[in-house]
Amino acid sequence: MEVLLPTTPAEAAELFGDGDRVTVVGGGTIVVPELTHGRLKPSRVLMLGNSGLDGLSRANGVITIGATCSVAALEEGDEPLAAAARHVADPEIRGQATAGGNLCSTAGAEVPRGDLQAPLIALGARVRSTGAGGERTEPVEDFLADGAGRLVLDIAYDDVPRTSAYASVSRPHAHHYTILAATATKADGTTRVAVTGAGPHGLRCPSVEAALADGKAAAEAASAVLGDVSPADDALASAWYRARVLPTVVARALADLEGSR
Amino acid sequence: MKLTVNGIVREVGGSALRPVLSVLREDLDITGPKAGCQQGSCGTCTVLVDGEPRRSCLLPLAAADGAEITTVEGLGDARRLHALQASFHHYYGTQCGFCTPGMVIAAYALLQRNPSPSRKEIQHALGGHICRCTGYVKILDAVEAVARGEAFEEADRTHHPDPEEPEVAIKGAPA
Repeated sequence: MEVLLPTTPAEAAELFGDGDRVTVVGGGTIVVPELTHGRLKPSRVLMLGNSGLDGLSRANGVITIGATCSVAALEEGDEPLAAAARHVADPEIRGQATAGGNLCSTAGAEVPRGDLQAPLIALGARVRSTGAGGERTEPVEDFLADGAGRLVLDIAYDDVPRTSAYASVSRPHAHHYTILAATATKADGTTRVAVTGAGPHGLRCPSVEAALADGKAAAEAASAVLGDVSPADDALASAWYRARVLPTVVARALADLEGSR
Repeated sequence: MKLTVNGIVREVGGSALRPVLSVLREDLDITGPKAGCQQGSCGTCTVLVDGEPRRSCLLPLAAADGAEITTVEGLGDARRLHALQASFHHYYGTQCGFCTPGMVIAAYALLQRNPSPSRKEIQHALGGHICRCTGYVKILDAVEAVARGEAFEEADRTHHPDPEEPEVAIKGAPA
């Protein structure tokens, strides 16, 4: 097994190449247990810890989050991302886990993962990634639908005035496990809505957004969410439960959004 | 690769992807951090990495190369317990003891950055640490007592009354 330790973003991109048979380790919180328990036997491992991809900046009207920026670093930042960051696991895990890792995490077999995906969608964030075909930048929702096998370089969203809301259902446990979360932002009269825990990754909710644009009230718009999601069973909740509860969670987020105007 | 563990520089080898927990326990015989779930969920392997609490079971060796690691052994030894260790003893914050190394390290990290945390802040800081014995109340009591400056020197001495008693050697503790 070959372990690659890039020291610059450019070197990380070069070593990643087209990503063929490369396993990427950011903070290690997802990959290391897979290695420890022998479920993953990689041939090439790219460790990003010292790659200089950990930046977090606000410049020229854009907030840029580096791939290895820790989840903890986002806790005091812009909402609704900060609220979701505070809901990830526990303080130690948040210190080690990375934004890029969270973006790339697929739903676990036991619990949902990727708490930052929905708020990033709601913020209209874009992902810059490299891999087969070279570098590209695309909306988070497009990356989640079709970004497997790519190396995230950074995530960026516009620094514009907006209101936001975040509502979630957590399970009391040592870890904060988010069963479901709904998040929404409103900027310049446009509302964006996304949910966590109701599909293989964070999902944008175009039906809800369209209902709101049609002037529907929050509760009615929220009920449209079931057209946008594909909830599944896991150790925390059944698909049936998720489908029953999700419209209420979305309605709460939308009510908060109205209230925060 | 090199780790400074409890103030002592150690050369370590093996796969760059080995978790620091295995290096500590198997190579360096520092067994304070426990191998519990080994997937980051239980908290007992928690150590300080350059002063920040981290799960050593999730930390690949290469990611810690050159780092300063502090385990529970580095806070105090059997004769001179750290105030937190004495407080856990005094308040029965330890029963089977399996979670204690992580609890103590996480509490230490909290008090370093916030010397007078509220009970809620203590709960939050220990949120990733599972204890199956105490019901947590006594652990929170123990940390709260240190936060309000309770002294435990007397308790330490009565536990080791004989000044001539030989030092109890704890592997991994700094000399």
